[in-house]
Amino acid sequence: MAAHLSYGRVNLNVLREAVRRELREFLDKCAGSKAIVWDEYLTGPFGLIAQYSLLKEHEVEKMFTLKGSRLPAADVKNIIFFVRPRLELMDIIAENVLSEDRRGPVRDFHILFVPRRSLLCEQRLKDLGVLGSFIHREEYSLDLIPFDGDLLSMESEGAFKECYLEGDQTSLYHAAKGLMTLQALYGTIPQIFGKGECARQVANMMIRMKREFTGSQNSIFPVFDNLLLLDRNVDLLTPLATQLTYEGLIDEIYGIQNSYVKLPPEKFAPKKQGDGGKDLPTEAKKLQLNSAEELYAEIRDKNFNAVGSVLSKKAKIISAAFEERHNAKTVGEIKQFVSQLPHMQAARGSLANHTSIAELIKDVTTSEDFFDKLTVEQEFMSGIDTDKVNNYIEDCIAQKHPLTKVLRLLCLQSVCNSGLKQKVLDYYKREILQTYGYEHILTLYNLEKAGLLKPQTGGRNNYPTIRKTLRLWMDDVNEQNPTDISYVYSGYAPLSVRLAQLLSRPGWRSIEEVLRILPGPHFEERQPLPTGLQKKRQPGENRVTLIFFLGGVTFAEIAALRFLSQLEDGGTEYVIATTKLMNGTSWIEALMEKPF
Amino acid sequence: MNRTKGDEEEYWNSSKFKAFTFDDEDDELSQLKESKRAVNSLRDFVDDDDDEDLERVSWSGEPVGSRTRPGSFQSLSDALSDTPAKSYAPELGRPKGEYRDYSNEWSPSDTVRRLRKGKVCSLERFRSLQDKLQLLEEAVSMHDGNVITAVLIFLKRTLSKEILFRELEVRQIALRHFIHFLKEIGDQKLLLDLFKFLDRTEELALSHYREHLNIQDPEKRKEFLKTCIGLPFSAEDSAHIQDHYTLLERQIIIEANDRHLESAGQTEIFRKHPRKASILNMPLVTTLFYSCFYHYMEAEGTFSSPINLKKTFKIPDKQYVLTALAARAKLRAWHDVDALFTTKNWLGYTKKRAPIGFHRVVEILHKNSAPVQILQEYVNLVEDVDTKLNLATKFKCHDVVIDTCRDLKDRQQLLAYRSKVDKGSAEEEKIDTILSSSQIRWKN
Repeated sequence: MAAHLSYGRVNLNVLREAVRRELREFLDKCAGSKAIVWDEYLTGPFGLIAQYSLLKEHEVEKMFTLKGSRLPAADVKNIIFFVRPRLELMDIIAENVLSEDRRGPVRDFHILFVPRRSLLCEQRLKDLGVLGSFIHREEYSLDLIPFDGDLLSMESEGAFKECYLEGDQTSLYHAAKGLMTLQALYGTIPQIFGKGECARQVANMMIRMKREFTGSQNSIFPVFDNLLLLDRNVDLLTPLATQLTYEGLIDEIYGIQNSYVKLPPEKFAPKKQGDGGKDLPTEAKKLQLNSAEELYAEIRDKNFNAVGSVLSKKAKIISAAFEERHNAKTVGEIKQFVSQLPHMQAARGSLANHTSIAELIKDVTTSEDFFDKLTVEQEFMSGIDTDKVNNYIEDCIAQKHPLTKVLRLLCLQSVCNSGLKQKVLDYYKREILQTYGYEHILTLYNLEKAGLLKPQTGGRNNYPTIRKTLRLWMDDVNEQNPTDISYVYSGYAPLSVRLAQLLSRPGWRSIEEVLRILPGPHFEERQPLPTGLQKKRQPGENRVTLIFFLGGVTFAEIAALRFLSQLEDGGTEYVIATTKLMNGTSWIEALMEKPF
Repeated sequence: MNRTKGDEEEYWNSSKFKAFTFDDEDDELSQLKESKRAVNSLRDFVDDDDDEDLERVSWSGEPVGSRTRPGSFQSLSDALSDTPAKSYAPELGRPKGEYRDYSNEWSPSDTVRRLRKGKVCSLERFRSLQDKLQLLEEAVSMHDGNVITAVLIFLKRTLSKEILFRELEVRQIALRHFIHFLKEIGDQKLLLDLFKFLDRTEELALSHYREHLNIQDPEKRKEFLKTCIGLPFSAEDSAHIQDHYTLLERQIIIEANDRHLESAGQTEIFRKHPRKASILNMPLVTTLFYSCFYHYMEAEGTFSSPINLKKTFKIPDKQYVLTALAARAKLRAWHDVDALFTTKNWLGYTKKRAPIGFHRVVEILHKNSAPVQILQEYVNLVEDVDTKLNLATKFKCHDVVIDTCRDLKDRQQLLAYRSKVDKGSAEEEKIDTILSSSQIRWKN
């Protein structure tokens, strides 16, 4: 069970169950005992939809990580490879198959491509002479994976690069397919809005796919009122800024992978007296982070500066609850206290964990360098000194701070200035190449192609117009009790979320001028519903909008959308989908050029 | 796309297509024969499909009815195959005419639709350029990258380069997929040809340059970089590429020389500070650091001297001073540090000057754990009083703090600082002396 998926306005457990069913069906096709050989990247996403127990029920006895040379011994009838359709993985699989000991018992090979079969990969298997060895070659269209009650991701790390750099639309096709699956389960979405080139493409694909499905009329009452498709390149700015929500900072500092985070263990050592001599744990502390944990659900989206007070309040409540035991006099009272104990102990454990995490984060956020970096970011976003070489960035290069950090700041400056003056850009480029190596010419070229770091053309800076019209910079921000989405970046309101907010009220017609400055077309499509399925909204009932970020979304943007969902007079609740959960660093890393 | 028959013929003749081939599973067949399962599957295959049309023979992936075929014969589209046909199935014996009848059943759009559903089907019967292009357009309109790639593989194999390029040029989406595909399979040669054809010169240059990342041998890498010089990069990048080559060339010389010196064991610096790694392929600034560390005193004429590097690569003063400072501080060569900031004017007076600002000098010295006396000297040179006081406090340069407070006539701050120094220390005594002095007119 994954109860937390059903807490939201839309029950995403339905989707989870559907993909689990598909997985079971495939496993049962390969009759008999099995071993799964995993493309390591997939184990994370799969963990969100199935535990080992499910696999075990279907006779999966062993699991291995995909590695070169010979497969480990396993007395099973079937060997199933679970892989992404990538050429380099095909080479490894072929190596495995070819080094299979022919004197041993005959084992059946199968291959499951996630999320799609690839003719290119099958060709590679054929070239390597092993294609015929596979009995089942199938695909498992795990397009959208439910992460939380209001959150879906394709976890496709290459999506942004493919779409905006290579112009390869494959991931858009998967996005469209994922949306078709959602519509099959949750009804046709009557209205589609979009902004950006990729958004337009996805809408076109959806409309085309729907036409092809004619004959099987979808008779499910629609859960979503509308769909908003947003290109990441409409808002290149937001992911570059440092996220300042609790969850955002955990991701910035430690990186959240498939809802898990690995933390330095020292702060989590059990505090027991008398065992001072014991060694500290050396293995990273791994924690799952989602709304199944009550406390986390409450604090994840807060500005980090508002987290401390919540934690201390909770601490008081919990210790008061434990004190209650002294007041329990009658057997009935004691019994009641005892029945609450497990819940209280869980709450105490959760509180201890988050207090430790908050301490770890605080060590970073109170450092001088973090402060300096944030100051520069906020200057850029509010439009100060974006047109000249920045001292802090220069210092970062001179001190050889991580290149991703430097590039992130540089891109931020460029985006907030609609490109840098050629002279400024050339200066930075030279410093970077001399300090980090000339081969980064390739990375800089990629950033330029993606529009992240570019020379100013036409000498005009559009950012101030965008900033003012969309109110992206708010001077008076309330971090404790926010009244506006700008709290997630302590002043900067994420552009993407502002667009969503304005679409819902008063509508995009009010910002036509800015929409024209931002890249790509904006559009609206209707998918007609039979009269029986048309919704009559009750007064005061909120609309449900599915917002799909093509190219990735950050936790801070998610927090801002949840904030809007919770507004009393907001009128719209959001379910968020994306090609990848990301932050500025993982984004830049994906655009860096590595050896083949 | 209205081409006359004659045109078509011409295209046809100039394409590389040899003869249509279909199931060419020879390699798989021989494997399959090795096991009983394979034999069974072949029997299944023949039995099942004898009466069906050819296309159904060669696709796979879909369960056929409710029958489960143990080890059903899986084959990839002959569209994707490169090997010539082998006749082993009765279908192959069919006369050409008959085959044509069958093949005409699927239009390009049907074929693309089938491919998209994961069914593998033959593309080989699309022989005319027009058909091939229609196939491509259908695939593109479906937006399915997998199918687009499959069709592109087919076109790549059956069309001449010139025609393929020309047709892709007017089909931007397909073109982008093709470029991505070439990058993916690492067909660098065709990629470069394509960029050349499209006159995308900068991409051509970068794409060629990118290959150096895969060359491990330094000598070969250097030779390769040499071929990059003069490629149509932007003016700025051209200079960088030239520098990249020159740098590696230098590094190779320095590396050979230093490895020799180190193993000979006669040079003190290498004995005292053995090299942690080779200098090959390190960035320029790292190389400069290395040269300031191991070759500081060398004359400008040698390749490994810092001054030579500075001149060759036009390293700005700031960058140079920062790097040299870090290197000499690490060796605790305070005399060199001192010399780095000492300038003599024409009268012979010396003056201290730092292009990076003395606050930075202090930070770097501290990072290299310079003793307090040294730090103090440079903290004193910081011009801005507030910065000076901050740094002095941060790095515990007591004398500087005390003197500065005295100069500022800031009694309160001095009093506050008194609590921070050790009881009974010389510093405390000094503070007390100053505080009790009647000479100073305190401002507070």
